[in-house]
Amino acid sequence: MRLLVRLRPFAFIAVLLVIWQVAVKRHPAQLLPGPLGVVRGIGDLLQHGLLLKYVVASLFRVTWGFLLAAVIAIPLGLTIGWYRRSEMALSPLVQIFRPISPLAWIPIAILWFGVGDLAAIFLIFVGCFFPLMLTAMSAVHNIPAVYVNVGRNFGLSAANLVYRVLYPAVVPQLIIGSRITLGIAWLVVVAAEMIAVNSGLGFLIIDARNAGNRYDLVIAGMIIIGTIGLLLDLGMRSLERVKSFRWGYSED
Amino acid sequence: MSAEAGMSLPVRDVKLRMERVGMAFERDGKSVSVLEDINLDVSDGEFICLVGPSGCGKSTLLNLMGGFLAPTQGSVTIDNQVIRGPDPRRILVFQERGVFPWLTVEGNIGFGLAKLSRAERRERIDHYVQMVRLQGFEHTFPSDLSGGMQQRLQVARALAVNPDILYLDEPFGALDSITRLIMRGELLRIWQSEHRTIIFVTHDVDEAVQLADRVVVLSARPAKIQDVLTIGIPHPRNISSALYLEHRDDLLKRIGLAYTA
Repeated sequence: MRLLVRLRPFAFIAVLLVIWQVAVKRHPAQLLPGPLGVVRGIGDLLQHGLLLKYVVASLFRVTWGFLLAAVIAIPLGLTIGWYRRSEMALSPLVQIFRPISPLAWIPIAILWFGVGDLAAIFLIFVGCFFPLMLTAMSAVHNIPAVYVNVGRNFGLSAANLVYRVLYPAVVPQLIIGSRITLGIAWLVVVAAEMIAVNSGLGFLIIDARNAGNRYDLVIAGMIIIGTIGLLLDLGMRSLERVKSFRWGYSED
Repeated sequence: MSAEAGMSLPVRDVKLRMERVGMAFERDGKSVSVLEDINLDVSDGEFICLVGPSGCGKSTLLNLMGGFLAPTQGSVTIDNQVIRGPDPRRILVFQERGVFPWLTVEGNIGFGLAKLSRAERRERIDHYVQMVRLQGFEHTFPSDLSGGMQQRLQVARALAVNPDILYLDEPFGALDSITRLIMRGELLRIWQSEHRTIIFVTHDVDEAVQLADRVVVLSARPAKIQDVLTIGIPHPRNISSALYLEHRDDLLKRIGLAYTA
């Protein structure tokens, strides 16, 4: 029974694939390649060694952009959140930068870093920076005063208060924020690669179109992007099950 | 000063002394007085219950004694020294969320024991796990414990650092009535075996009469000490005895006055 329930979404996907294939066969207008064509496209990419190369290139940029943003934005956000006055001073600036799409930075990124990895990494960095900083700020606000008081009561030094109380208290929220932000990073990398570099999954899609209307490769690229995005999310989700973090998530 | 005539309580050193303590908060540019002219001596090893109308400033008083707040008037001294901030020699136990959810039972009890050697820490943890009867739950996280067990854990973590004074801020207020009854018995047992000074905030009259050496009744805000009632019944107290009921009625009457004052 459980197995059947688990198989249900896959069965649904299979049905859709069949409908897709049948529809393409009946109307062979050039609107969309069929699933078999897409599978052949993926096979082509694998054969030329492009698939692995592009996936690695995209993941490389996301990893660096995301990590750089995390290393800077999270400590900064925690500090700003802790000192309410600094938050009041910085808040208008943050509110102005936050709604700017990371894609609006593309010209600047190319101006500063040229066409290449650095420009793409910079765009992901910009896209991740504000969500992570805001997550860290709100995580600090949500620490119950009781935890801090208990820490002070047991005579913790400032450094120990940060390490033994504040840090464990914010981790669950930081994980949620990081998960959402990694999703954003994965959205941004595709767009960045369409313009700022000559490799990666975003480049694959735009190149397949420009170089000969290979829509089978376009769709193949989209499916690979979706699959990797899902895997990244599952990876982050697995952190939420770590026992010492689990308290931060309601268990319904 | 001579010992009070006719009292069977032994003369004990003054542990905590509050002299003309007053506390006012700034609110909307105005000064709001919460506590006024609080004078109280607490003996070493004494069990004091603080009762009073809700919102009267009981928790504020406890925060002053714990060093989390500084009084705007008067002084709070412990062992003749003015309090300067929180200190592990006196631990505050909170009504809710007091235990750290990211630490196991062991981790929580050992929280204040970082300076001890591994072996000493181990010994101390085991001792207090037994004392609050959490054997078998050493590696359990608080989210998997009942409310009563979490409060026992919080008391154990407090006792583990060997404090002189334990402040308890309505520690059983969020528990159901049966668990509360059991917890009172447990707390008395621990108090009798550990000989700490306990200051216990409650709004439960039965709790106060059952536990305290003396019950301090606070008036409505700004709170003053309305009454101090000595409960001269030896432990364990029979909660249906005539003497117990007499004290209970007396306290209810005095609280009634405090609430309307």
